[in-house]
Amino acid sequence: MTAPAAGEPSLWVLFRGQLRRDLKLAFGQPSELANPLAFFVVVITLFPLGVSPEPDVLAGMAPGVLWIAALLATLLGLEALFRRDRDDGTLEQMVLRAQPLYLPVVARMLAHWMVTGLPLTLLAPLLGGMLNLAPEARLPLMLGLALGTPVLVLLGGVGAALTVGLRTGGVLLALLVLPLFVPVLILGVSAAELASSGLSPTGPLLWLAAGASFAITTVPFAIAAALRIGVEVG
Amino acid sequence: MKYIPDGLRRLWHRMGSPRWFYETTASWLPWLGGAAALLIAVGTVWGLAFAPPDYLQGDSFRIIYIHVPAAYLAQAGYILMAVCGVILLVWRMKLADMVMTAVAPIGAAFTFLALATGSIWGKPTWGTYWIWDARITSVLILLFLYLGIIGLRRAIERPEAAGRACAILAIVGVINIPIIKYSVDWWMTLHQPATFSVTSAPAMPPIMWVPLLLNVLGFNLLFAVSVIQGTRTEVLVRERRTRWVSELCLRERA
Repeated sequence: MTAPAAGEPSLWVLFRGQLRRDLKLAFGQPSELANPLAFFVVVITLFPLGVSPEPDVLAGMAPGVLWIAALLATLLGLEALFRRDRDDGTLEQMVLRAQPLYLPVVARMLAHWMVTGLPLTLLAPLLGGMLNLAPEARLPLMLGLALGTPVLVLLGGVGAALTVGLRTGGVLLALLVLPLFVPVLILGVSAAELASSGLSPTGPLLWLAAGASFAITTVPFAIAAALRIGVEVG
Repeated sequence: MKYIPDGLRRLWHRMGSPRWFYETTASWLPWLGGAAALLIAVGTVWGLAFAPPDYLQGDSFRIIYIHVPAAYLAQAGYILMAVCGVILLVWRMKLADMVMTAVAPIGAAFTFLALATGSIWGKPTWGTYWIWDARITSVLILLFLYLGIIGLRRAIERPEAAGRACAILAIVGVINIPIIKYSVDWWMTLHQPATFSVTSAPAMPPIMWVPLLLNVLGFNLLFAVSVIQGTRTEVLVRERRTRWVSELCLRERA
């Protein structure tokens, strides 16, 4: 990255400005904020009704159910990720700016994670308790979600950026990103399952941490490239 | 580019021209197609009729002669798409996009073939058509990745933007494929280990593996023929407004 030319804001100012703007916009619409969370809770409520209310059965499937619900809730929030910015032209201005897109994209994804992934993570132990998840598995589940949801949001961001200009983005977006979510799902669930059977969950958690670092450093480049195409498509 | 010999560089630039590709490959197709048909015929007849039955699996192992080439090409096809994606994004070579367009449905078809033959093979061997084993599951996810690329290509109307969008998706996907594979392996493993290995001698006697090798080569050629034919069609569709295509059409009609 080169130093900014005179009269242009520094990258740090850009990053902070983007983050503040996105958070302010997100909190300006509390219902959009609450919908993925409500979805998360409702989906989890369906499992005891649809499968079995037996505490033992629930305890066995709790990690998987919580993770799949988190995956779907993340997916639900993704469609609107860049749509409004695209509709009012903000996205075009972002792409046209002289500075690299990397940091604004990181800020955008961080803001999105703070309003989707983070609340899901905080809510998970409560719902885990309702599903009779073993108490010693609640912390690994939370840590797994804290490390895994940023990866989900970033990978999903690539799909959201690629489909931002399309009228029928929703279903296609699910097809594009859900297969990419598989490793996160496997690692997150195995961390919680190892812990609930009394084993150490460190292995999968470290893998998730490695995945998160890798995703944070590389995926924003893909999102930036995808946004440049997405702006053209519409 | 200084260190690349002149001839090679010229070839690279010429290869970027869809017209050159269309005109050159016309004479390749009969040879490639003939060789593919011959290899697959010999390999399949040998494998099905003359190779001895497996001491453990009996005759059911013979589906390997279709299953292994299909499974291998399913993965190779995705990697080919990602390579084309890099070429498209770096050098803006239109031909790479046309190849990528042609590979997607063919690769998806081979992936489906690998899944279907694996499933049929699973019935006598494991006693069930479908089992959530690591390798089956990762091939199924590979099929979803192919479908995603095909879906994205169809959803974006302008071919140029669609090509670059698919290129990004293919590159993200190809980085993810090993991660998916290892995570699924970790998740569960029940499938027998890989049949073919480049580094160690095959565990099968030659009378069993030579037909497999013939079929792998034959399927490679079949894949190449299909991709070349698909790319030629794509060249004509994309270049339909150019003069050389309309002249070609007039000549064909005459």
